[in-house]
Amino acid sequence: MSQTLLTSITIFVLAVFLGFELISRVPTLLHTPLMSGTNAIHGIVLVGAMLIAGSADSTLEQVLAFVAVVFATINVVGGFLVTDRMLEMFKRRPEERE
Amino acid sequence: MIFAVSQTTIDVAYLVASVCLILGIKRLSSPATARSGNVVAAVGMGIAVVFTLASPEIGSYWLIAAGVAVGTVVGVASARLVKMTAMPQMVALFNGVGGGAAALIAAAEFHRLTPGAEHVVPESMGAMLFSMLIGSISFSGSVVAFAKLQELLPGRPIVFAGQQVVNGLLFAGLLAAGAVAGVTEAGVWAVVLIAGSLLFGVLLVFPIGGADMPVVISLLNAFTGLAAASTGFVLENTALIIGGTLVGASGTLLTVLMGRAMNRSLANVLFGAFGAAAPSAAGAAAEAEAKSYREITAEDAAVMLAYASRVVIVPGYGLAVAQAQHGVRELADLLERRGVDVKYAIHPVAGRMPGHMNVLLAEANVPYPQLYDMENINPEFPRTDVALVIGANDVTNPAAREDPESPLYGMPILNVDQAANVVVLKRSMSPGFAGIDNDLFYRPNTAMLFGDAKESVEKLIAAVKAA
Repeated sequence: MSQTLLTSITIFVLAVFLGFELISRVPTLLHTPLMSGTNAIHGIVLVGAMLIAGSADSTLEQVLAFVAVVFATINVVGGFLVTDRMLEMFKRRPEERE
Repeated sequence: MIFAVSQTTIDVAYLVASVCLILGIKRLSSPATARSGNVVAAVGMGIAVVFTLASPEIGSYWLIAAGVAVGTVVGVASARLVKMTAMPQMVALFNGVGGGAAALIAAAEFHRLTPGAEHVVPESMGAMLFSMLIGSISFSGSVVAFAKLQELLPGRPIVFAGQQVVNGLLFAGLLAAGAVAGVTEAGVWAVVLIAGSLLFGVLLVFPIGGADMPVVISLLNAFTGLAAASTGFVLENTALIIGGTLVGASGTLLTVLMGRAMNRSLANVLFGAFGAAAPSAAGAAAEAEAKSYREITAEDAAVMLAYASRVVIVPGYGLAVAQAQHGVRELADLLERRGVDVKYAIHPVAGRMPGHMNVLLAEANVPYPQLYDMENINPEFPRTDVALVIGANDVTNPAAREDPESPLYGMPILNVDQAANVVVLKRSMSPGFAGIDNDLFYRPNTAMLFGDAKESVEKLIAAVKAA
């Protein structure tokens, strides 16, 4: 096993534990926004899509990479905006009414 | 390269970005900090993306620029234009394209590396095949979830004989195709793997009823996270591994938490074909015809409400669809001015997703302290004069408490049947999203007010003013 792979696996395992810990006490109220927010975060595949798109040399790779960039961008941009719209609804506190 | 920085700088930027993503998720899990958490996560994402552009591996930018431009336009437009009620299916769609992107990245990388002079290292090959498998399942599964919620496909479970055997065989076939693709490095097998995974995603979500869709979307969300992490292994990119894994892990836990809120195990959601156990549609309709229910006019219902001392409003998806939340708040304000004590009972899965109803009512400026969750409102029902059920169905079905035969049995419900009077605003007697007949409608203390929720609420407002 290469050193790089071992480092990657270490990061992976730690991130698994962290992911579980982070949301262990989330109120039901926030399930939907949290799902939507983490949904935007896996849009990080955009980073991968850009790396592929920037180095694609055959036509097939370029087509695949282009669609991947489009998809990942929709995931990131749409995901964060929709989450923000949902959470905007929570910002008004009752005492602010009139 | 747009701007020259070293790989070390990029790695440091990825570290900063990862910290932002972690803090973002942390803040998203508390109501007071949730909105800022989303912004922090978005900033982290921005850092990761901008520094990736400086990566020496990137030779040309036109493809990236074009893709980001198209994706931004589509993403902004759909996020801005979608109605609050259609939010769940929008999330499903955003999730699906993320999974699709992961599968496409793996496919492009597979094409680039094979057939090469040397064999692809096994771990890299394994990660590519995993991305293709999971990413494709997530993509097609999310599309089906979207179609069901958008009612392009029937919300009821779509089942056929031997479904689970077919799914099992297909999955075994996918593993075999993946193994062959990995050993032979032949593109045709990668195509077979992707096509088969897409089909598997469709078959996986077909038998799942509309009421369970949030849990499924959450599961597919976790899948996409894992697919993204896997592409991180292919590209040896830490930002991808961390971001993807965080979502994979937190998404899995969130799926379990959601299932628990509905008293359903994940296995039950995936393989239970919720709602299919109920009698056939024709049978249920015939049975509904046979039982008698009581209809009430808006005027009578208004008098009942106006002279009550305690009213509990039970909003459901029907309210959301009819956009009746503003009217409901007006009605509640009117009643309060007459000295009626008004509370809202929010079932954990009211609407189409946990927390969905809170968002809709907050949009209509309903005071937060008036919203009660299930544990706090259930003891109140026996002391309630009128329970006003607006477009809610399955979450009020007493069969969940009383009938061990019912597919709903064991699901925590709002005990509206214990109120002195129940007024149900509903379009017709058709069964709810889970496809199960609701015994509540035939109880002697229940009266039905038929019609579109918004119109009915407006009639009630007018009649309360006159009362």
